[in-house]
Amino acid sequence: MSNIVVDKSKVPWWVSNVIVPLVNLTLALLVSGLFVFIAGENPIEAVKLIIYGSFGYIQGFAYTLYYTTNFIFTGLAFAVAFHCRLFNIGGEGQAYIGGLGVFLVAINLSFLPVPIVWLLAIFGAFLFGAAWAYIPAYLQSKRGSHVVITTIMFNFIASSLMIFLLVDVIRDTNQMAPHTVKLPEEIWLPSFEAFSGILGIKIRYSPLNLTFLLAIASLFFVWFLVWKTKWGYEMRAVGYNTQAAIYAGISPHKNIIIAMCISGGLAGLLGVNEILGVSHKIQAGFPAGYGFTGIAVALMGRNHPIGILPAAFLFGILYQGGSEVTFEMPNITRYMFVAVQGLIILFSGALENLFRPQIESFFVRRLNREVNA
Amino acid sequence: MEFLSDIASLINSTLRISTPLVFAAMAGIFAERSGVIDFSLEGKMLMAAFVAAVGSYYLGNPWLGLLLAIIVCVCLSMLHGFASVTHKGDQVVSCVAINILIIGLTTALAAAWFGQAGLTPTLNEDQRFLEIHLPFADALRDIPVIGTLYSDILSGHYVFVYLAYLSVPLVFWIVFKTSFGLRLRAVGENPSAVDTAGINVFTMRYKALAINGVLIAFAGAHLSTAVNANFFREMSAGRGYLALAAMIFGKWHPKTALIACLLFGFTDALQIRLQGVELPAIGEIPVQLIQALPYILTVVLLAGFVGKAIAPNAIGQPYIKER
Repeated sequence: MSNIVVDKSKVPWWVSNVIVPLVNLTLALLVSGLFVFIAGENPIEAVKLIIYGSFGYIQGFAYTLYYTTNFIFTGLAFAVAFHCRLFNIGGEGQAYIGGLGVFLVAINLSFLPVPIVWLLAIFGAFLFGAAWAYIPAYLQSKRGSHVVITTIMFNFIASSLMIFLLVDVIRDTNQMAPHTVKLPEEIWLPSFEAFSGILGIKIRYSPLNLTFLLAIASLFFVWFLVWKTKWGYEMRAVGYNTQAAIYAGISPHKNIIIAMCISGGLAGLLGVNEILGVSHKIQAGFPAGYGFTGIAVALMGRNHPIGILPAAFLFGILYQGGSEVTFEMPNITRYMFVAVQGLIILFSGALENLFRPQIESFFVRRLNREVNA
Repeated sequence: MEFLSDIASLINSTLRISTPLVFAAMAGIFAERSGVIDFSLEGKMLMAAFVAAVGSYYLGNPWLGLLLAIIVCVCLSMLHGFASVTHKGDQVVSCVAINILIIGLTTALAAAWFGQAGLTPTLNEDQRFLEIHLPFADALRDIPVIGTLYSDILSGHYVFVYLAYLSVPLVFWIVFKTSFGLRLRAVGENPSAVDTAGINVFTMRYKALAINGVLIAFAGAHLSTAVNANFFREMSAGRGYLALAAMIFGKWHPKTALIACLLFGFTDALQIRLQGVELPAIGEIPVQLIQALPYILTVVLLAGFVGKAIAPNAIGQPYIKER
């Protein structure tokens, strides 16, 4: 009976979708530990601090979920474009401009009843983010200018544009710092503090707000859009094989534009969390690298909403726990966690096939033994 | 004469500002001609700047700093090759990973080692490159035209400026006039044909990436040990991407890439001059708009007002040898 051979297609799904990503993540975190060691701190102590900072107390946990909210948006943004094989690394700029959309809608329409202002502001964020992604999408599709370079350039341009607006046009003229006036308090999104009172927990301040639910809804939205609609199918077809898609009568131009606009719109929603939910004004540089982190989140989550949720949560832990680490360990700055993101992108994106053959053949061999036993 | 010396100083700064772009564009040509996308020029330039600054600071000699930067950049190029050539990972993802990793790592290590919010200590005169004054530069200064040309434009640059412009004909010669260059281009256009001819595609791509690492190290060292006397956070400021855009605009050719680099350098030199200047009829242009000019120019150039750019045929595709 030893001639029965199980081939690779019989490897259970959880091997390639759970075991392999976990091995890659572990590798990335091990190398990160090495960097912490080089910086002169104890990696094990750092891990303890991260876990305490993100889970140890209710306020910390709320912060973790607040960061998770941001990463869900930017992670989904990258993932949607990636299904069309577009590298939207302009999430940073799209989020920045999206914030402008939230603010302009909210400040000008604040007289409207509250839930309507919220909906319009969310729409404004999406629209502005999408518009900022439209130009690189158009140039990619019509002129072949590589979307990586144009979106990066649009990050720089967005930053210049926003600084210009914040300094010369929409600055709160009573203040020196480049930020706008605060939005009226009636239209702030309710934060976790309000809910925690009902639950009988007392916390002083929490940035976690209703946007978290919007993020969860976005996960469903993207799942439905990409896997359950005709357009999602067309978009994936363009990404997988453009020539075949054209042959099937699918327009690459249309799909590139739609994919990038939805991607930019999702990144723009970060502005809802930051401006309608937390700071209530536009501050210079508020996207603070969340756009780039989205790349790592999406790649770690294998560009699927089911994967992006835990990946965003993990980065929430790293961010919130990381701020605990930077507080306790003088040699570690938040940039160490930028490096960790790079490592996670490297191991779960570019090097995702590093140990896949070995892991898969391990399971193949085990299955063979079971069959032949 | 006022006008003439203004022009001279503008050309002078154009040459200086274009230098890292030229090195990076030449580095990009090697990688991309061999069929490997290299967006990681940005990250490697930043890493080179960091390593060169730290190396010169501890070793007391900028050349040793440069040597360290070369070693580290070649290692990073090999990492890119390991991920995208050997393991056939996505080349763009690998580049993005390297760029983000380096932004984080350089700043984090600078902060950990020197405790100054991502700055390295200022280098003294022995630890950095100084401007080279060509012979007779002072004597010839007063001669009209020749004096301006020789003393004000050609003389008084850092060693990297001269090396950058010398590298262009060298790269041209290697890529277009040697058998190595022929193989390099063939690997990027049609790897299976090259494989059939008995040349190892993987080795060729690794060699191209090694040269790429050496060249990009010069760009970084120029930033941190010549023009500036220390490393600071994200000091490459998108130059790697600008150089890549210049290379694409130059159709993967050293000479035209050089022209594009000079154009970027000129825009940057001009933007520094334009800040705070009142222009007739327009008035003062907002400083943020002027600062964004190189980035806007990149987008405009890439949109290709001189026809669509045709990349090497096999770019971005990992080579899979048939069994």
